[in-house]
Amino acid sequence: MTTATTTTTADRIDEWTIVIRVRGDVTAASEQPLMAAYGQAGDKTRAIVLDFTGLDYMNSGGIGLLVTLLVRANRQKQKLLACGLNEHYKQIFELTRLDEAIGIHDTEAAAVAAAKA
Amino acid sequence: MTSKTPVETPKVRDDAANWAVPAGRLRVGEVPPGAVNLNVTGRRLVGPVQGFGQLWQKTYRMRLDGIAITPPDVIREWKANYGAFWPKGNHFYAPQAGIQPGVVVLINGESLGGVEVSTGIEVIYADDESFTFMNAEGHPAAGIVTFSAARDEHGVSAQVQVLIRADDPFYDVMLPIYGHRFEDQMWTKTLVALAAHFGAHGDVTVERICVDRRRNWSQAKNIWRNAAIRSGFYMFGAPIRWVRRALKEGREA
Repeated sequence: MTTATTTTTADRIDEWTIVIRVRGDVTAASEQPLMAAYGQAGDKTRAIVLDFTGLDYMNSGGIGLLVTLLVRANRQKQKLLACGLNEHYKQIFELTRLDEAIGIHDTEAAAVAAAKA
Repeated sequence: MTSKTPVETPKVRDDAANWAVPAGRLRVGEVPPGAVNLNVTGRRLVGPVQGFGQLWQKTYRMRLDGIAITPPDVIREWKANYGAFWPKGNHFYAPQAGIQPGVVVLINGESLGGVEVSTGIEVIYADDESFTFMNAEGHPAAGIVTFSAARDEHGVSAQVQVLIRADDPFYDVMLPIYGHRFEDQMWTKTLVALAAHFGAHGDVTVERICVDRRRNWSQAKNIWRNAAIRSGFYMFGAPIRWVRRALKEGREA
């Protein structure tokens, strides 16, 4: 066991959209930083973009955490989108069928544009 | 708006070999003797997003205190003897390859009314300290199950964590009547058997969280692929199949 770090930064793009930049690992133990960033969204936010450009590692616990985040976003009638995933993690989203609920885009600009569509 | 929290995770960076490759539809390789291959071939995997009922996260944990063992030891033995740790009446037909990413496994399990439900899972992730199953369409639970072992300051513990929704309205009705109890017994007995394998004894702790109380009504159609109902039809159709086979053999003789 070694110590890994999950870092999240929430950047507001406009009144309705925020981008959560995820760096490091996404595992079941990443709940606090991910939910803290999501907590910045507020009531008016209609779209959350998860930027995984800085993602190092994700396991099945991380997939479970994303399902939980998706549930919370759906409850608030918010879209959840993802960008910056490498091919390997795109495949994992496909395998777990998360891609059917979380729109995947290559770039942040594409994800933000899709959020507004 | 930055949040930074150190967390403990296994140091596995190049994990491509630990994950299954998405294949779209499930394909069963070898069918072990005695296994019923029904409701698996051609089906897709179903995660929590595709299920119908409320979303539950349940965590079953057991300490393996008093024995000199490491988390990889636990997982290695768990993978090698997985089916043997299941309660009687349930069959996990692991292929020769064992529990590896991408392996599809047939399951024949008992249910209410004596119907043997034929379904399956795919191993979607496996490493030295954990492995994860995702269920086939028609399985009572749409979701993922992760088996893991970890060390803390007190010793090693083994854990089963499920993140599931009832796959369709039929299973959703059955969940409070039978499903939750069945699942609790299933994983509690599994952990007790695993611990006994190492000569350890103790109690299993259970934590249940309803992550989403809402139902996915758009997934009510999942009932058409319900493995319990289809297995029931298959079982009750056995005499007709037997007569047909006998007539065919008689014509050929």
